[in-house]
Amino acid sequence: MDDTRTRVHAILAEQAMIPVEEVSDDQSLQDLGIDSMGVVEVIFAIEEAFDIQVPFNANQPDRSDFDISTVGTVVEAVDRLRAG
Amino acid sequence: MKRVVITGAGTVNALGMDVPTTQEAMRAGRCAIGELDIRDADRLAIRIGAQVRGYDEAAHFNRQQIVLFDRYTQFALLAAAEAVAQSGLTFGDDLAARSGVVLGTSGGGLNTQDENYRAVYQEGKNRVHPFVVPRLMNNAAAAHLSMEWNLRGPSFTVATACASSNHAIGQAMALIRAGQADVMLTGGSEAMLCFGGVKAWEGLRVMSRDTCRPFCATRSGMVQGEGAGIFVLEEYDHARKRGADMLAEVAGCAMTSDASDIVMPSRQGAERAMEGALRDAGMARDEVAYINAHGTGTAANDKTECAAVAHVFGPQADRLMISSTKSMHGHCIGGTGAIELLACLMALREGVVAPTVNWQERDPDCALDIVPNEARRARISACLSNAFAFGGMNAVLALRAV
Repeated sequence: MDDTRTRVHAILAEQAMIPVEEVSDDQSLQDLGIDSMGVVEVIFAIEEAFDIQVPFNANQPDRSDFDISTVGTVVEAVDRLRAG
Repeated sequence: MKRVVITGAGTVNALGMDVPTTQEAMRAGRCAIGELDIRDADRLAIRIGAQVRGYDEAAHFNRQQIVLFDRYTQFALLAAAEAVAQSGLTFGDDLAARSGVVLGTSGGGLNTQDENYRAVYQEGKNRVHPFVVPRLMNNAAAAHLSMEWNLRGPSFTVATACASSNHAIGQAMALIRAGQADVMLTGGSEAMLCFGGVKAWEGLRVMSRDTCRPFCATRSGMVQGEGAGIFVLEEYDHARKRGADMLAEVAGCAMTSDASDIVMPSRQGAERAMEGALRDAGMARDEVAYINAHGTGTAANDKTECAAVAHVFGPQADRLMISSTKSMHGHCIGGTGAIELLACLMALREGVVAPTVNWQERDPDCALDIVPNEARRARISACLSNAFAFGGMNAVLALRAV
């Protein structure tokens, strides 16, 4: 989990162009300044970094199994996908 | 200013290999979306599309032609042959010099690119066919139309992604209005349903895995299609003098740029395009009884488009019909506006409004009469056709019955 968190935080920080220390689990991606297209890029970066498939449709972000409501939920979702 | 009319129409798309079959399918509300039958489809996450099925290029073209004609060029030539035949025009010396082609396409010869990249990168070949460049280039189809009918006036291709066809038709209209041409072949063609073409769209995460449901609360994204729509645009007096059957008048066009975001549409850009088309056509809002929507089936487009229509038309927005035929023939990208114009012709000529199929549930953000699932009879004397592209480039056409 800690490994996932560190790497997800780094991906989000790079996307948001902010220092990684400024990313915390309770923030939303919007708080970080990541817009809808940024989210699509983040998902791609996560897939590439962890070699996983993320179920995410930009048309129905609320209905995806992948919860992007906060940084923490993204970390948890990635962790679940990594566990397979 | 000269007036411009349509005197011929032709198409190839997933609904049919000609205009009558396509319009019959639109009338019946048939959806042509299905499993993609393309090489390496098993490596795609999105495996559906509105594909032209059972197409045999050898049934239409000889070997020498096929080495030069990408699939998108073939579609354009077949559609143009239907349109020119319907117009009854023969391009003798004088007319040929005053006729040309403006064609819309986004991907051009994308199948040719895909096949040859595969050959050199994946299969490690170090040699490609000598005609790869003339086959893949974006102006190949326009060039072959000009050669096939000896059109020796202005010819070029416009590429504005999903609005390419509407921009092309608008340009063709402008050339005739300005007296630079008497007859123009115009419209668009696209054949993007190859592995690379679908894979690229997949990355954007806006594609549906089931079907295309524009304006529906349960929408799941867009579905790609392919095909061509080609029209003969003719100067009004030229058409009248020869007693041509005028299918409709292209009364106006407006093009605007959002100048804001590369993919997210802006309501203001769409509004300015619709208002501009009405103004250019001298068309009152209450004349417009039908709008052929851009209607991609993405949340971003559908909500923005409906808000723009509601804002531009005010109370008239509740009286007009608006439908997206992409629900039937898919999003044919650079060819889509031209194929959709066939729904406008059907509305103006036959009084039948094509439906938005696959519709399930009302979306409060799309609270207009979107003609769900079943075609409707109505007297339509004027209509708009919307196209709002990535890049924020918009083109709206205004048509009138003749």
